[in-house]
Amino acid sequence: MEDKDYPNAHKKILASIQYPQIGEAGKTGTWRTMRPLIHEDKCIVVKTGTHNCHLCWLYCPEGVVSRTIPPTIDYDYCKGCGICANECPHDAIERMEEGGAKACPA
Amino acid sequence: MFKPVKIMDLPEEEMILPGTRLCPSCAPQLAYRFILKALGPKTIVTVPASCMTVVHGMQGATPVKVPVLNTTFETVAASASGIVASLKNLGKDKEVTVLAIAGDGGTVDIGIQGLSGAAERNTDMIYCCYDNEAYMNTGIQRSGSTPFGAITTTTPINGKLEHKKNMGMIMEAHGLSYIATACASYPQDLYAKFVKAKEMKGQGLRYIHVLAPCPPGWGFDNKLTIEIGRLAVKTGFWPMYEIIHGKMELSKESKRLVDPTKRKPLEEYLTPQRRFRKLNPSQLQEIKKYVNDTWETINKRVSC
Repeated sequence: MEDKDYPNAHKKILASIQYPQIGEAGKTGTWRTMRPLIHEDKCIVVKTGTHNCHLCWLYCPEGVVSRTIPPTIDYDYCKGCGICANECPHDAIERMEEGGAKACPA
Repeated sequence: MFKPVKIMDLPEEEMILPGTRLCPSCAPQLAYRFILKALGPKTIVTVPASCMTVVHGMQGATPVKVPVLNTTFETVAASASGIVASLKNLGKDKEVTVLAIAGDGGTVDIGIQGLSGAAERNTDMIYCCYDNEAYMNTGIQRSGSTPFGAITTTTPINGKLEHKKNMGMIMEAHGLSYIATACASYPQDLYAKFVKAKEMKGQGLRYIHVLAPCPPGWGFDNKLTIEIGRLAVKTGFWPMYEIIHGKMELSKESKRLVDPTKRKPLEEYLTPQRRFRKLNPSQLQEIKKYVNDTWETINKRVSC
């Protein structure tokens, strides 16, 4: 290889470069079999109106639960592992089967 | 001793965007999420072949917002040393933190020569080992960090016959300024330890060993990840401590466990995990003896 063939070769990064992107593995919400559902009447953050719990935000490995009042779940990317439902001290998060009649609480 | 971090004091910005390739309920991902929250955007990460390569995605896209260098299995500490040297050359070593994050295979087996070399040179970086106690990414093969009696695909009959390597003590023999053990089930404690390691910039290599339960490898239900990690600490199986300039201090959760009666029975930790399903009574006694011996050593260190 001659230097004149590739004059800018030393300036280029000769490796693959990746850029940050949301949903790198696609919509990971489709992996889910059990859907977590927040019952706002039981959630201590909604009841008191202060930021005094947010354990669901803390323990979510994927980071899809928001630290807001009321807390919300991004169902596009929630993998449905159930940590939030298991860790909620007030049992405000219920796990519903994905799809079918059981998914509709009303 | 540091003040406990409140949940609202943690930074809200996520450094890992949702929609990663990792399994649901992945504790290394939870740990990595808080590590990057603690270190902030001015961090360069280097990872070997491990589940951490999986999180960084395939060609073209990655969910992680900080610059990451993917390297080969044995070179994670060496490549981090190279990054530190080049940052020094550019005059940016004061502001940028270099983090080498490897699994237990990349730390205690394959990567230990690079790590030992970096520790000997006392390169100014943070080395984190996330310990899921086997080669989980390639299909649960036994590693030097797998505990005694655990079933893996390469120890399928009687479980592993040897005890886990005590990596904290190996690193202490290198005379590092900061060594800590943490658990992914205590994100606030983990966060505080990484903030501390970041603040100790310029004092050489800081080593943090994080226990991260792995649902498919350990064989428990996805929702129990946090609980299993918490039980590992509460039964005394995983002591959490910090060694700052040779002085050992137990973390808040482990402090009261110096008294053996305060520890939960070890069976509570072992029975929910399928990898300990073939444990016989003599093996159970062996693990109990190992835990007691570990705590006796710690006791001697802390009390004097």
